Amino acid sequence: MKGLITMDDLTNEDIHSILADAERLLPIARGESYLPLLQGKILGNLFFEPSTRTRMSFETAMKRLGGDVVNLGDVKTSSVVKGETLFDTIQMVDGYTDIIAMRHPRQGAARYAQDAARVPILNGGDGAGHHPTQTMLDLFTIQQSHGTLEGLTVILAGDLRYGRTVHSLSHALVRFGCRLIFASPDLLRMPTEIVEDLREHGADVTETEDLLGNINQADVVYMTRIQKERFADEDEYTKVAGAYKLHARDLANVKSEMVILHPLPRVDEIHPSVDDTRHARYFEQAFNGVVARMALLCRLLNIEIPDEIPGGDA
Amino acid sequence: MAEEHNMRRVTAIKNGTVIDHIPSGQALKVLELLNLSGDTSVPVSLVMNVPSKKMGAKDIIKVEDRELTQSELDRLALVAPDSSIAIIRAYSVAEKLNVNLGDEVINVVRCTFSNCITQNPREPLPHRLKVIRTAPLALRCHYCQRPQDLDELVLNLL
Repeated sequence: MKGLITMDDLTNEDIHSILADAERLLPIARGESYLPLLQGKILGNLFFEPSTRTRMSFETAMKRLGGDVVNLGDVKTSSVVKGETLFDTIQMVDGYTDIIAMRHPRQGAARYAQDAARVPILNGGDGAGHHPTQTMLDLFTIQQSHGTLEGLTVILAGDLRYGRTVHSLSHALVRFGCRLIFASPDLLRMPTEIVEDLREHGADVTETEDLLGNINQADVVYMTRIQKERFADEDEYTKVAGAYKLHARDLANVKSEMVILHPLPRVDEIHPSVDDTRHARYFEQAFNGVVARMALLCRLLNIEIPDEIPGGDA
Repeated sequence: MAEEHNMRRVTAIKNGTVIDHIPSGQALKVLELLNLSGDTSVPVSLVMNVPSKKMGAKDIIKVEDRELTQSELDRLALVAPDSSIAIIRAYSVAEKLNVNLGDEVINVVRCTFSNCITQNPREPLPHRLKVIRTAPLALRCHYCQRPQDLDELVLNLL
């Protein structure tokens, strides 16, 4: 594995072992322990479109492990605005850094960058394509909650058409025999080619517009934000989006171990009343972004993680 | 006999290329694909929808004074993967060539997805489409992994 562009770059064995690494790194991510495993290494953060969590968690992951970070900064003031190609930008940053995390508005940009680069590329989102580092932290959170990734019933709800997190996640979940329920308005259904791909791999996939009618059978509910601008007018948005909002009262009959995840930022698809229930895991999930990315940085830079982390519980 | 009769619907050529067994109705696309539909100095003859034992109906193209190159054959594979090509020299078949779509189509055509990174014409890496299936033809972009719209593909030839 050179870089991480899509979940296809990882075998199930890789996924299990990276999640185990992440578990061991927890005390470092929490700041309870310090182990400069990445001292002397530099991460290039190339975010060609806005990012809060992904960019910051990569930076935090690197710094918690003693590494350093250089940022592209604001695209508007970088050489990109002068018309520099992605190829040239990558050639330059490739020379400055040991590993690159990037997000780009164009689909396929991460694969393109990996073909152009000597150092590993971590895809932090390419258009509506893939977001595999998010998937790793999602899987970590699911495993933390259920003790396994195998055979769960997972509802992915909201904008399944443009949401790259749900594209990568569904590809990963079917590899662990999960049953997927896609709950979305018709306009924002999971792209046909993805549903076909999943079914070709033997996945049990159901498409529905009814989130609440299916919620009681779920082990995991993965919510995403429905953006107003996807709809022709605001009335249509209001009418449709209301069906994909969760309130604490909707959870009366759900499985007791069911967890609700969200890649964040949320707007109003999860009511604050849900935050205090045992099901809410989205803030832990956001924290897990640091530990999952620490594990990935170590893996791609071929840095071994010791079995015993000083100050850790293990 | 029927096949011979078909071939004679247009006159025999002295030198050039005959493209036979083009799926019926696809000949115009083939011309476009081979850049023979616009200004060209060579005579081109075309017959469409002629009966064929093998295919039911087929199209045939004859290009005079020009022998198709391998890269042109690669393009042809996108529209007429089962077509047969004969290079004609001095009125006889000098060479028979087959169209062969490999695992990947490199620098022949641009990805049809409007938001693919390769839409920027200044990006220098090669255009790469993976062949997922040949019958029916299915291609995916190496970079964005989107399935390709085959009707639109002809418009994206490089």
